[in-house]
Amino acid sequence: MSVITHDLATGDTHLTGPAGEPPTDTAGPGGEPAPPPSTGGRLTAVLASIAWALVGIAVFALLWQFGASRVDRLPSPGETMTRLRQLLAHAFADNGPNDQGIGLLLKASLTRVFKGFGIGAIVGIPLGLAMGSSPRAWRAINPIAQFLRPVSPLAWYPILLIIFLDADKASVWVISLTSLWPIVLNTAAGASTVPKDQRNVAKVFHLPRRAYVRHVLVPHTIGSTITGLRLSMGTAWMVIVAVEMMSGKTGIGNYVWQQYNAGDMTSVAASILLIGATGLLLDFGFLRLGKAVTRQEAHS
Amino acid sequence: MTLEIRDIWKSFRHKGSVQPVLRGINLTVERGEFVSLIGHSGCGKSTLLSIVGGLLDADRGSVTLDGETITGAGPDRAMVFQNYSLLPRLSLEKNVDVAVASARPEHSRSERDDLVHRYLTAVGLWEHRQKRPHQVSGGMQQRCAVARAFAVEPRVLLLDEPFGALDALTRARLQAQLIELWQSESETEIVLMVTHGIDEAVLLSDRIVAMSNPPQPSMLDVIEVDIPRPRDRVSVLESPMSRDVQARLMALLSIDGERAA
Repeated sequence: MSVITHDLATGDTHLTGPAGEPPTDTAGPGGEPAPPPSTGGRLTAVLASIAWALVGIAVFALLWQFGASRVDRLPSPGETMTRLRQLLAHAFADNGPNDQGIGLLLKASLTRVFKGFGIGAIVGIPLGLAMGSSPRAWRAINPIAQFLRPVSPLAWYPILLIIFLDADKASVWVISLTSLWPIVLNTAAGASTVPKDQRNVAKVFHLPRRAYVRHVLVPHTIGSTITGLRLSMGTAWMVIVAVEMMSGKTGIGNYVWQQYNAGDMTSVAASILLIGATGLLLDFGFLRLGKAVTRQEAHS
Repeated sequence: MTLEIRDIWKSFRHKGSVQPVLRGINLTVERGEFVSLIGHSGCGKSTLLSIVGGLLDADRGSVTLDGETITGAGPDRAMVFQNYSLLPRLSLEKNVDVAVASARPEHSRSERDDLVHRYLTAVGLWEHRQKRPHQVSGGMQQRCAVARAFAVEPRVLLLDEPFGALDALTRARLQAQLIELWQSESETEIVLMVTHGIDEAVLLSDRIVAMSNPPQPSMLDVIEVDIPRPRDRVSVLESPMSRDVQARLMALLSIDGERAA
């Protein structure tokens, strides 16, 4: 699980987590990334990173191989890679609802994630902006947010099911609830750091609310909001697999469970690799988006 | 036009105890006057400016402009802040334009363009108007903030240590520009400035209010600077009148400084 720390002094929300860059690499507000170590050039640094990543992967594969030799039915890395190639070769094959290619399954899961995530963002960003700019809204929303945040989104599934009477809609709403809190809390943290001088400028020059939101509130909040979106997306992608195992609707999570029931553990292992790769891509996308926006919104 | 500050009291809670900061401030500023507030940190000079600006409520007392009590902040009392406080996403031109459009919605597009052009030109930023705040120096940002304040045609201009963060040469140039704008181009009749600099106060002001921490009274003295305008920086600071004012201020503030220490 990732950790958000909010730095009151700089007004920055920092993210340290498994998918994030190492802490030494995170630059200050508006700053450039730290230069590579002075010993050796940039190329050497990149090569070293790749070499050490390969070392890590090799150790992981060895442990896996060892485990596979000890546990009956646990597929080896070699078997898994072979299956992965087979799955990818027919990624978009559609032989009816019960025999779809892995690409179509991922697409079905991603569609649910993006729908739910979209609802979470549409509700969460304004809620967070309100919370961060009004102490009253903060006091009203924060207790509920803190109370509901630790509840596993899966616990909502039965309730959403009786509301929507549809497994697919209920799944999407589970994802919305998953996405909601990181977006709300990070946006609120960002919005609450609008400098007092900027708020005073808005008062002195009688800036209309719309101009305030556009020229003051959003520029100071957008970085934290994107951090929230990124955290949400990461959690949503984890949760969708579990939701589909419960809902039985077509998707990558459901596929994993079906293959387990069919005794095809090699396909289960290959799916895990694909789920990881997809999550990594999503995270990378939001990381790039965050960087592009912070460059745009360079501070005064 | 008259700005009247009547019996202003203001306390802040600090570490559980109540600290009286403004203790019965009375000050009348007449049309055409430039008044500076000077004193050590914590004497309440910025607090007083915020109260006049309507950004802070006094515990007691009133501020009136031509007999009308001020409530809340407004562009008739435009402010220049210490940290420039331009809107980061907007170009210098848009910064002034948004302020004029918000503060003076009655102006037409062309009147607005005219004001933006006039004041950005006056502070020498017209050719840099497309740049964003982070692309220009602190001095240029503060010039833009000064242009923004004048462009909304305030009756009172409030300056909160406007040149404190600038180097000496930039500061001197901005001081000159400020006086020129105030005297020639603008409708602004009263300037109230918070400053740490004795030289700056003497050079710019008609009167200087020396403020102080407890147990001294909030206002130690009000000193007239009876030097005719236009004032030339070098000759003013060397003149006997100015030396006299500087000496009196030094004496007042150093007593206060020793007590505070």
